[in-house]
This record gives sequence, C-alpha cells and structure tokens, in this order.
Amino acid sequence: MTEQPRPLIEITDLVKQYDVLPVLRKLNLTVHRGEFVALLGPNGSGKSTLLRLLCALTRPTSGEIRIGGWSLPKEINAVRAQIGLVSHKPLFYENLTATENLTFFGRLYNIPATELPDRIRQMLDEVGLIKRAHDLARTFSRGMQQRLSIARALLHQPDVLLFDEPYTGLDQLAGGILDDLLRKAHQSGRTIIMTTHQLERAEALVSRAVIIKKGVIGYDEPINPANPPNLVKIYTEVTGMVNAL
Amino acid sequence: MKSDVSAPPNGLRVMTIATIVLTAIGFVLAMFVARTDVDQGDVQRLFYFHMPSFFGAFVAFIATVVGGVNYLRTRQNRWDTLALAGVEVGLVLAFINLLTGSVWARPIWNTWWTWDARLTSAAIMCLTYAAYLMLRSGIENPEKRRVFASVYGIVSITTAVLTLVIIRIVPNTIHPAVIGPSPQNAEGAFEFSQNVALALGPNFIIWGFLIPITLMWWRIRLQNRADVVQLRKIEALAEG
Amino acid sequence: MTTPLWRTVFSIIRKDLRAELRSRELVSTMVLFALLSVLVFSFALELDRTARQEVVNGILWVTLVFASILGLNRSLATERELGGMDAMMISPIPRMAIYLGKMVGNFLFVLVVGLVLLPIMTILYNMVLIQIPLIATLILGVFGLASIGTLLAAMTAQTRSRETLLPIAMLPVIIPLLLVVIAAASTVLKGDDAWNWIAVLGLVDAIYAALGLLLFEYVIED
Repeated sequence: MTEQPRPLIEITDLVKQYDVLPVLRKLNLTVHRGEFVALLGPNGSGKSTLLRLLCALTRPTSGEIRIGGWSLPKEINAVRAQIGLVSHKPLFYENLTATENLTFFGRLYNIPATELPDRIRQMLDEVGLIKRAHDLARTFSRGMQQRLSIARALLHQPDVLLFDEPYTGLDQLAGGILDDLLRKAHQSGRTIIMTTHQLERAEALVSRAVIIKKGVIGYDEPINPANPPNLVKIYTEVTGMVNAL
Repeated sequence: MKSDVSAPPNGLRVMTIATIVLTAIGFVLAMFVARTDVDQGDVQRLFYFHMPSFFGAFVAFIATVVGGVNYLRTRQNRWDTLALAGVEVGLVLAFINLLTGSVWARPIWNTWWTWDARLTSAAIMCLTYAAYLMLRSGIENPEKRRVFASVYGIVSITTAVLTLVIIRIVPNTIHPAVIGPSPQNAEGAFEFSQNVALALGPNFIIWGFLIPITLMWWRIRLQNRADVVQLRKIEALAEG
Repeated sequence: MTTPLWRTVFSIIRKDLRAELRSRELVSTMVLFALLSVLVFSFALELDRTARQEVVNGILWVTLVFASILGLNRSLATERELGGMDAMMISPIPRMAIYLGKMVGNFLFVLVVGLVLLPIMTILYNMVLIQIPLIATLILGVFGLASIGTLLAAMTAQTRSRETLLPIAMLPVIIPLLLVVIAAASTVLKGDDAWNWIAVLGLVDAIYAALGLLLFEYVIED
C-alpha cells in the first residue's frame, strides 16, 4: 500500500458567521493535487463564502485552512502566492491595456522583471488575446474580459485555481472557450475549485462534485467522465430544490 | 452575552443613585453655595456645568477610542457597543456644553454665538460625531459597520483634542481659560478663587466622570438587550 | 513570499499614474471644478484689495478640499468597480502598500490641482502666491488631505451612498489641518516668518499618516 500524499487543501471544522448568522457550520473538506472540484449548492449555501475564505479575502470565525502546508491566516502571503482567483467580477482595471494590467499584477506577485514580458505574452497567447494585447481592457467583450481574468489568475503559476461562477454573463461561444481553458488548466496538473450553477457543464468537466447544503457538505463523490452521474437528479435530492440557473 | 433579566445589576443601581444624589448636591453648590461673581452676576454659575460637561464629553469620546481600538483587535461586539455609547453620551454632554456657553455668552459677549476658533472647533467636534452616527446608519453589513465605526471613532478624537488645545494655540480667541493664563483677547474671564474651586471641583467629578459613565452604562445595557431581541428574531425566523 | 513593500507601492503608483495619464478623468475633473470654484468665490464675495488678501487662502483651501473629495471618491471607486481592490487583496503584498500607493497617487493628483491654482490665483487676485514657504504649505497641506482622505474614501467607497458620505465624513475631520494650513499660509502672505506653523502642519500630517497606516488594513478587509 502506497502512502497517501498529503492533501493540497485541508479544511477542518471551518465556521464563518456573519454577525449571528452562520454561513458555514463546521465544514470539512480535503482536496488533493490535480483534482477538479465543482462546488455546487443553492444561493446562500456558503459556496462563495468558502472561496472567499480560501483566498483569504475574509477571515474565518473558527476552524482551520491549510493550503500546500501553509496555514491561514498565519502564513497568509505564502497561501496567497499559490492561489489564482477568477471571479464574476473581472478584477482588473478598465483604463489599462491587457499587457499593462498583467504587468501590474505580475509585479504584485514579485515575478522577476526579466521574465515578466515573456510570461505575459505566453499567457495572452494561451487565452487567445495576443492580438488585443495593447488594447484597453474596457473595450473587451465580457468573454474577453473573462479570458484576461484567467490570464491574470494564471500569471504567477499558482497551484490552486479558484473559479467563482465563471460562466455568469457568458454567451454560448464564450462558455465553450471557457470550457476549453478549464480543461487545459486541469490537464496541466492544476488543482481547480469552481462554484457554478451549470450542472451539465460541471458533469462534463470536473473530477469530483461537492454539494454544499446550509453550510456543510451534503454530497461529495468523484465523477467518472466516461460515465457521469446525473448531477441534476442528485442535486435535487440533496438540496431538496430544483436547480435554478 | 449578558443575562436578560430585567433588574439592572447592583453596580449600575449604586452608580445611578450616587449620580442622581451627587448631581443634585453639585447643583446646590453651584447655584446657592458659591458666591455670586462680582462682575458677571449669577450667569457665571453656568460655568460650573459648562466646563465639566465638556470634559464629560471628552471622557465619553475617549471611551469611543478605547472601544474602537479594542474592537479592531478582538472583534468582540461589546467593544463596539462601548464606542457607540461613548459617541451618543458624548454628544449629549457636548450639546449641554454648547448650550450653557451660549446662554452665558448672551449677557457677557452680547451674542449667543460668535465665530471664534474655540466655539467653531467645539461645533465641528459635534458635527464629527454626528457624522459618526450617519456613517453607521449608512452601512448595512453589521460587521463592516462596526469596523468602519471603530476607525472613524478613533480618527474623530483629533477634533476633540483640537477643541481642548485650541485656546492655547490660536492667539486671537475671545474664549477665556479659567485655569492657567487666558489669551490676551479673552473676554469674560474671572478669577479662579477658592470659592470657584469649591463649586467647580465636585461638579467636575460629577459631570466629567459620574454622569458620562452612568449614562454609557445604561446605553450599553440597552444595546445588549436590543441585540438579544435581534438574535431572538433571527432565531425565530430561521425556525419559522 | 511577500512582495517587498516599496516594489508594491511603486507598482501601484505607476498603475494609477498610467491610467490617469490615459483617461485624465481625475485631474481634469478636479482642475475644472477648482477653476469654477475660484471664479464663483470671487463673484460671490465681491472682494476689494484688502479683503482679497484676507480670504485668498480660505478660497484656495476650501476649493482644494472639495476638489480632493471629488478626486478621492473617484480614485477609490475605480478600485471597487471592476474589483481591482479585491485583486490587490488576494495578491501576496503587505496591506500597508495599498494605502501608501493609493495615498501617494492621490497626493500627486491633488498637488497638480494646487499647482495649477497658484499661478491662476496669482493673476486673478493680483497677489504673489508663488513663494517657497507657500508652496511648502501647499505640499504639506495636500499631503494631509491625501493621507486622511485615502483612509476615509476607502471606507465610504464601500457604502451605498458613497458620493454623499465622503464629504460628511471628511469635512469635520480635516478641520484641524485646515486651521493650521490657513494660519500658515496667511502668516506667509503677511510677510511674517511662518516656519513655526509649517512645523505644526508637519505634525498634523504625521498624525493623519499614522492613523492611515494603522487603520487602513481594517478598512479594506472583509
């Protein structure tokens, strides 16, 4: 029997209360390197809060989070350096060009100045924005903004990628491009956690589905892409509600 | 969370009774025992409440700073409650300070109000703390509200300190300083005699410390009970 | 693992300057507002020669304060609109760097407004406003505005009524600064030695900057 490698993300007894209102109630979750986890659940179940806690945007009421052996909030910047976040907000500046935005964030992640231009070009190429490298971000369509966001999140080569409702506001075409980018990121060995309401999309992409219900894990199973389970049915059973997009 | 039985704790009862009795005694000392000022007449008696109530306000605003700093450090709601109590009580005392000053100024300076540096800074101080209350009501997220209020409560003390020191730094104020040398333009100064000290001393303790502390205590108690009600409401909604 | 403080601060300043050079929305709004304000004051007050000398500093600073409120609102709102602030918050940088970066940027933008106003008011009010001690009070005064203003605007930018809340929160709090800066500038115009006042101004700046450095991280975190 081989020894299990240490999980990349360990969440123990995580509690988050807003004032007296509990959002997460003693949530436990471990994620191993290379997994692609879909975080599902109705609005207000706490999945977005969990992502915000993972990237240290908000602090837990109690409980522990360890990522890559570093613990929050003590070694907060070590954790931050390993995480890339793509949210439904673009998280960049509209009055800067794509390249300028990435240069700025590259500096914040302390990427050496000698490496940065090459890395930015490579990133923009990967997300298909190389032709628009010197255009202002505010001239981008929603889908292109999303891709620039992904380039920003990947720039510092993080181990963990967090996606918060990445399909929000994307049309069919842009959604398809996002599917491909997610698949590529997963195949390159990154660990991905994504919240979404798009159950069919999740079914086809992810390696594991987790459903959060009222602040705890209600369902947690690996997904075999060759023979995916019916997530829509499971979702309805676990949460007791029909998934509304 | 404190228990929510209706009887106030013994300490608060003792404080309340002591404050009421002593306030009455202080009133008698100021109004009847102290000798009438030769130049200014009876209106000078207002001074025994005027200056002490400013110090009471200052003490309350210091409590706001203490509450704010500790809230940011510990994130315990009771510190924010203290800060809020400090602002509300401090504002009441600051208004008493302005009101007594204004009534005194009418015969002495021949005006209710003048744009003197100290008067202006006292008014600005009141507005700062009124802004504190507005800021609080402008934020819906309760956690954020407490953090922002703590920060603003700490920043605001600069205006209270300014009001305190301004007659020492601005040369042309007409506001007298009773203790220590008055500015040369000051009008309506009077001698700090033993007679004045007799009435000022007790009233200084009463208005500067007893009244603000007792009022803040009641205010904190009120807030705690309101929080309990709020909690029950949320629980009831969650169950219902 | 943490990106060095100064590298981060310079990156943030460069980012703000670059965006501003391109759009010019902050400085141009502030300058236009400031010019209008100066003109409105001179119409409204119908000043003669001596009265002008008395109030010129008041007009300059009231104008700068309101202009800076406009700029600060805009500067911190930009960080919230597309989530730039969140993006900075999740990167491994010292929180203090965000304050210093935004503060220096705001300082420079408001200083530009002040430097545009000085020669214009020199002409309009027929008074020599371009003097070294006066420029020193301008720099220190604007520094104070930016240091406390960045802290307060970071708060109000997160509220529903941010445009109205910033002036209400900021005006009373900057009165000590205003008082000292006008005292200093008036002393200069009278031809007296104002360096004592300028030293007090430095002290006020130090207090505001210390408050900003200590409290900013609480204001931006969730």
